[in-house]
Amino acid sequence: MRRTRIAWWIIFVIGALYFFVPLVATFEFSLGHPWGPGGVQPSFDYYATVLSSPDFWGSLGYSFVIGIITIVVSISLLLPTAYWVRLKVPRARPVVEFITLLPFVIPPIILVFGLLQTFSRPPLPLTNTDFGSSVLLIAAYTVLSFPYMYRAIDTGLQATDIRSLTEAAQSLGAGWTRILVVVILPNVRVAILSGAFLTLAIVIGEFTIASFLARPAFGPYLSLLGNNAAYEPAAVTIISFGLTWLAMIMIAFIGRGGRTRVAVTGAR
Amino acid sequence: MSFLTLTGVQKHFPGGVVAVEDFDLDAVRGEFVSFLGPSGCGKTTTLRMIAGFEKPTGGTITVDGKDITYRPPNQRNVGMVFQSYALFPNMSVADNIGFGLKVRKRPKSDIDRRVGELVELMHLEGRADRFPWQLSGGQQQRVALARALAIEPQVLLLDEPLSALDAKIRIVLRKEIRSIQRQLGITTVYVTHDQEEALSLSDRVVVMSEGHIEQIGTPSEIYNFPSTAFVASFVGTLNLVNAGVIDAASGRLSIDGQEVRTSKVITDAGGDGRVTLAVRPEGISLGEGDSGSNRVHGSVEDINFLGSIVRIRIRLGDEVAGRPPTVVALDTFNEPHLALPAVGESVTISFPPEACFVLGAARDNATASAEVGAEV
Repeated sequence: MRRTRIAWWIIFVIGALYFFVPLVATFEFSLGHPWGPGGVQPSFDYYATVLSSPDFWGSLGYSFVIGIITIVVSISLLLPTAYWVRLKVPRARPVVEFITLLPFVIPPIILVFGLLQTFSRPPLPLTNTDFGSSVLLIAAYTVLSFPYMYRAIDTGLQATDIRSLTEAAQSLGAGWTRILVVVILPNVRVAILSGAFLTLAIVIGEFTIASFLARPAFGPYLSLLGNNAAYEPAAVTIISFGLTWLAMIMIAFIGRGGRTRVAVTGAR
Repeated sequence: MSFLTLTGVQKHFPGGVVAVEDFDLDAVRGEFVSFLGPSGCGKTTTLRMIAGFEKPTGGTITVDGKDITYRPPNQRNVGMVFQSYALFPNMSVADNIGFGLKVRKRPKSDIDRRVGELVELMHLEGRADRFPWQLSGGQQQRVALARALAIEPQVLLLDEPLSALDAKIRIVLRKEIRSIQRQLGITTVYVTHDQEEALSLSDRVVVMSEGHIEQIGTPSEIYNFPSTAFVASFVGTLNLVNAGVIDAASGRLSIDGQEVRTSKVITDAGGDGRVTLAVRPEGISLGEGDSGSNRVHGSVEDINFLGSIVRIRIRLGDEVAGRPPTVVALDTFNEPHLALPAVGESVTISFPPEACFVLGAARDNATASAEVGAEV
């Protein structure tokens, strides 16, 4: 018993080190290097430089907005799909699951080349404008979010008696849109939030697609900064890490805004 | 004047599965009809077709003269109460009850007033702001009933609403459902596999088996005059006795060499001239009974006190050539001064010919005898 507990603690410590050592190292590097006699004094100068840079805020803001839009599009697309599949065509579930897993198989570089080939010429030359390119970026990110968002929504639906809730709402006169928005969505909100977190994290750090579509996103900015400066990229990494967490907490706070509890039906 | 009418309603699922076959029902306005039957008999499927959740593959369903057979469920004005309550977990009690009225875009003042009325009717005072998970099972089902009634539906459908509740609450809610149904005069269809529920609640009971109707009748008709072997064996408890036919025209039979009579002509004896005779335990009395009663002799095998009644099992004969002896049970009301025979004592029991139902050709005698214990 005691041995097992020690083993668990060892695993926990190794896991914690695995996550936190790179973070601490990055933080340490972001304060200037090397420290001590003959070196430099640790300072937050690089943070100040980064935070005063309009490019940093511009790219982070752009990625955040694109991330929020991607989340909305992804939910709008996948919630009705997962709901309909569970309710009406459960036999199609493996097919839909396979389709949503494709982004794991198809690399982003293939995806972006496909988009460029298709949408850089008539009849839909979307890459000709910034707005069109941003639309393509959102479309690509929506596809990238499929595996995370679909699984999160599907798990939420599985934990909810959607059939009874749907039928109860129907018998009370509700149509499909109202059922989905007023009855189903609030009951899978927690599951959707977890999908939204992952989507936001992916969008904030994504480089390949944003770079090929020449979008002023955070990933390409970070890469460019890494090519031209030594310590600022480390500072940006720490700042973006903190801001991403802050954004997630905000989403969670907004999303959990009501007194809700998931799927409690049946006898108590 | 018929209010809810089902005519030749059928439901065939892909793969040749027949869930419901030629279902005909006429329910008058304000009637309480129960669908009673074992699992898989098609009672819930029929209810779901009335609600619009299943499309019939044949027949028509009308409410107040309007054909609703293929109308979407949200355009039927039919209230439904589910076994699992199906309350919206994200909404308070008041919001659940008022949901249907919001959908109908009623003014907020009307919704508040109606919700208040139903909260009071369902004894949910002080719980309007709670969420479903903060309520007991009985309270949740009250909310579900209130929610279904809020929209003033033309027909109220209840799909085994009490089966997830414990026995005491079930009985209390059963009475309340009946009382509210009478008070509001709402046409109600109630699905259950619990015969006590069906018999105690309903104006009429539809007994179903394997997708078709076995019998439609008042609870008294169903219990006292079952029209098929299935109804006789499914509703109430029953002695099943293997009997030989002496004279089919006059209804004379022999049980282990003792002659009894039925009030009907026997038309369905097996090739061996034997039938299964059914007698309810409460139809049999200790003693000689009235003149004209069937009288048979036997010995007391055991006596069971079941609270308000005492069940006495009587052995009518001896085991012959491997065939188990015929045993019947009789029920008598328990009272402090009840004189009971001793186990092993010889007794005479009696039952009127009208209390006997012939349920077709006899099954194997050993099986029939064994079922006496199992059925009663």
